[in-house]
Amino acid sequence: MGAPHGHRLHFHGHSPLHRAPAHLKVAGLVVFMLVVVATPVRRPAVFIAYAAVLAVLVALSGVPVPYLARRMVIEVPVLLFAALLPFIATGPQVVVLGVSLSEPGLFAAGGLVLKATLGVLASLLLAATTDPRDLLVGLERLRVPTQLVQIMGFMVRYLDVVTDELRRMRTARESRGFTARNPRHWPVLGRSAGALFIRSFERGERVHLAMISRGYDGKARR
Amino acid sequence: MTTPVLELQSVAFAYPDGHQALFGVDLHVHRGERVAVLGPNGAGKTTLVLHLNGILLPGRGTVTVSGLPVVKENLQEIRRRVGIVFQDPDDQLFMGSVRDDVAFGPRNLGHRGADLDRRVMAALDMVGMADFVDRPPHHLSFGQRRRVAVATVLVMEPEIVVLDEPSSNLDPASRRELADILTGLDVTLMMVTHDLPYALQLCPRAVVLSDGIVAAQGRTLDVLTDDALMKAHRLELPYGFDPHVC
Repeated sequence: MGAPHGHRLHFHGHSPLHRAPAHLKVAGLVVFMLVVVATPVRRPAVFIAYAAVLAVLVALSGVPVPYLARRMVIEVPVLLFAALLPFIATGPQVVVLGVSLSEPGLFAAGGLVLKATLGVLASLLLAATTDPRDLLVGLERLRVPTQLVQIMGFMVRYLDVVTDELRRMRTARESRGFTARNPRHWPVLGRSAGALFIRSFERGERVHLAMISRGYDGKARR
Repeated sequence: MTTPVLELQSVAFAYPDGHQALFGVDLHVHRGERVAVLGPNGAGKTTLVLHLNGILLPGRGTVTVSGLPVVKENLQEIRRRVGIVFQDPDDQLFMGSVRDDVAFGPRNLGHRGADLDRRVMAALDMVGMADFVDRPPHHLSFGQRRRVAVATVLVMEPEIVVLDEPSSNLDPASRRELADILTGLDVTLMMVTHDLPYALQLCPRAVVLSDGIVAAQGRTLDVLTDDALMKAHRLELPYGFDPHVC
């Protein structure tokens, strides 16, 4: 069995943010993101204001900060890329701690980090305060095409089934003395991923059979 | 005699890759009957099930449900009349909540609003799962999921319910609970299984499917106690089980 209750990103609560209608939250997130992305990098005061707004919302939601912080790890690849920018970008150079860096690169990196962090935090807050099913209903109210919402619905439904399958496969591998430690072991992981793909694909076919057995004819109905 | 709920006449089927699974199956199921279809692995049981609601169409022969032939034009009505409960409830329950899952079939048939709600609750009541209506299926136990899967076909008010291996993966308590529910239903039942004690418990009549044909049929007790027949078709009772004592 998967997680005993709720999804990994959802933090159960009853704050005003939890209770707000999902479609308003989604629309709010999209507007917030557009505004953040459109703000020029050289206006730090504005970014502080954005961060303050988010901080108030986090406090209001009652979602613990460490809970969000742990999930912010997803941002790491963006941060790594941002860290490279000052070294590879061209333009006027500045010397920081004895290292010559590109000035536009520094600003671009700073902007990327700020905007990505605000975006990831806002998205995590939405996920933490909105049940996945409400989120789907919200997207539907926002007139997102039904087929897309349905696909996301299947993802929510089968996420636990597939991760469970993945965990069982790992247990079976390890029970036979295999633990992936270095790149030479990657081919085995690759084959596991392939097997998981085939299994999921076949499950998809069985689900489709079960759907048409109950009169599904390809049209989504609400 | 009245029109059988289910009538198969010399149904033969070969898969596109050339593998022939059915070689002329003749079968009748009458209203109110509970019939077990027994057979070893690879006997063609699942292929047979997929013919009952037209997922597969026979290469030769005919399938008729209460007089209505299973052909492309009738599929929508056929799938209302024949409810199939598949082996893995995770395949059957694909929506985000029990309510949406049970409502999926009737919604496809055009039911909406209060009428739909009433049907959903009535079906869940029949399997004792009404309290779980707003739970996501993946938070239920395996036995509960199988019962919801049964509700997803009962809600269509089918003329026959077909269960593929209904007892697989169930613990003894869930197995008994499901048996209680199935015997309490006022519906024609066909059950495909190699759980022979379960077949004996639930179904007065049994059909042995072997190598793609109906090899024998009769009272379940008679079938299970015919040692030569059982041996010829790779059917074995579990250790220590005596059909005469039940």
